[in-house]
Amino acid sequence: MLQNAVTHHIPLPTDSIQKETTTMNLGPTHPATHGVFQNILELSGEKILSAEQTVGYIHRAFEKLAERRPLYQITTLTDRLNYCSSPINNMGWHMTCEKLLGVKTPKRVDYLRIIIMELARISDHLICNSIVGVDTGAFTGFLYVMQSREDIYEIYEEVCGSRLTTNIGRIGGFERNFNNIAFEKLEKFLITFPKVWKEFENLFNRNRIFIDRTKGGGPLSAEMAIKYSVTGPNLRAAGVDYDVRVASPYSSYEDFDFEIPVGTTGDNYDRFMVRNGEIWQSLRIIEQAYRKVQEFKGAEADVFHADVPEYYLPEKKDVYTKMEALIWHFKIIMGEIDIPKGEVYHSVEGGNGELGFYLVSDGGRTPYRLHFRRPCFIYYQVYKEIVKGSMLSDAIVTLSSLNLIAGEMDA
Amino acid sequence: MDMGLTNEIVKAKLTEKFGDALLNWEEPYGMLTFEAPSDLNLKVMQYLHDDGELGFTFLTDLTGIHYPDNKGSEIGVVYHLHNLAANVRIRMKVFTDINTPDIYTATSLFPGANWMERETFDFYGINFVGHPDLRRILNVDEMDYFPMRKEFPLEDQSRSDKDDEMFGRGGSYN
Repeated sequence: MLQNAVTHHIPLPTDSIQKETTTMNLGPTHPATHGVFQNILELSGEKILSAEQTVGYIHRAFEKLAERRPLYQITTLTDRLNYCSSPINNMGWHMTCEKLLGVKTPKRVDYLRIIIMELARISDHLICNSIVGVDTGAFTGFLYVMQSREDIYEIYEEVCGSRLTTNIGRIGGFERNFNNIAFEKLEKFLITFPKVWKEFENLFNRNRIFIDRTKGGGPLSAEMAIKYSVTGPNLRAAGVDYDVRVASPYSSYEDFDFEIPVGTTGDNYDRFMVRNGEIWQSLRIIEQAYRKVQEFKGAEADVFHADVPEYYLPEKKDVYTKMEALIWHFKIIMGEIDIPKGEVYHSVEGGNGELGFYLVSDGGRTPYRLHFRRPCFIYYQVYKEIVKGSMLSDAIVTLSSLNLIAGEMDA
Repeated sequence: MDMGLTNEIVKAKLTEKFGDALLNWEEPYGMLTFEAPSDLNLKVMQYLHDDGELGFTFLTDLTGIHYPDNKGSEIGVVYHLHNLAANVRIRMKVFTDINTPDIYTATSLFPGANWMERETFDFYGINFVGHPDLRRILNVDEMDYFPMRKEFPLEDQSRSDKDDEMFGRGGSYN
């Protein structure tokens, strides 16, 4: 009788009290508090027979909001998708707008963007992998690499003034040029981080306990990954070498020399190792990009945005002294710029995979329709398939090795 | 697989197979886009998926769109398909009457369409025929409307300081 007194979001299976299996509620918070989502597990002893996931606890109607906002105000919405790598979301959105508007960004802007995007990828993977460590019982690594994330956030701070929800850059480039402190901090990061990450890898990669806990857990085959539209490190861990940066290069990724790490079995260990590999490749890309940025001298070194007065706030001193600048400033702030008609899909390789923006414009000042392809939302479906038959404790490692970010799932 | 797959080949093959049923061919920003009749969506996708040369085996995205002024075909589903090996993307649209928004589900071809269709149902009320588990996913189960449809304004419509004219549309809808 007592169970009838509680209203369940997902009703309990009939006769759940009489049956021999156990129904367990994993959540509603993530067992390691990555966000709010719930799992109803059917267990036989400690073995999982079936899982039923629920999402949507932090749905914030981004797509509806976007239909009433001028383009530049939508950037703040993208921050809150995968908040572990907000700059990639921001840049992806700017590039979508640039594609629609036909804006060509200068090379220096592309390279600066790549530095920021790859830093974001490092900070994203660094959290995911160290959390895998935490969920297997190794807290040290997590605490140790936090300092490096702090270093990355300090670079963001120098560039845009904020840390987590960055709102970094503008349509056409950046709001201001990078200052010297940003470059100094970047240089310092490039020297200190490899040592930190080497040490982190030494703690885990060949650690017997860690391998025993992760190898073979939550295996995802290439076939299933493609059927379930999985992208990003999780797809590559299954052995499919699809990476948006290579398949459809954006922001001049074609100018860089880097590799795409792939796995074979797509289990928790492979996902961990693919992310490790990607961190090293991101470092490689940042080093190359920084060298390329340094090659710009004189006036070229002052270029930090494209010439798009309709979308780019003029300098404050010009607003006070020049009529043209004042008009643009007013029009941009009031959202009085008409967007050209069109329909565009643009995607970037986000921390979790292909982050797509489908933008339909009817010529108004706001998008007619904007849809975010959130990789996390799509690949979380596969979770119930890959934890079937595994132990409860492995299911928690699988949850963290997929890098599920509630913000990206619920939009 | 043929690495030289182009938009022209895709269009030619589809036209050969389905004739004039496929309409409104466009290539906005290089992506081949077309419209299929709502009762053919699954057949077209099956062909795109199974044909050795076409090989569109990856469903990138599935979402809905609402054009209240297009009487009789107000509600649409937009599919983005990808041939990963040849790296070609295409976009297929299917429109249906808002009073009978029935579209065949793509879950038999792409299991990953499951949640994408649930999301589209949740926000646009599209009934995906044959879907194994068509329930709301992001909104609460008790909700009795489909919030992304254009008749549901984001803000209080009694406000006079913010009308559609401010968004460049002259108040033509709502």
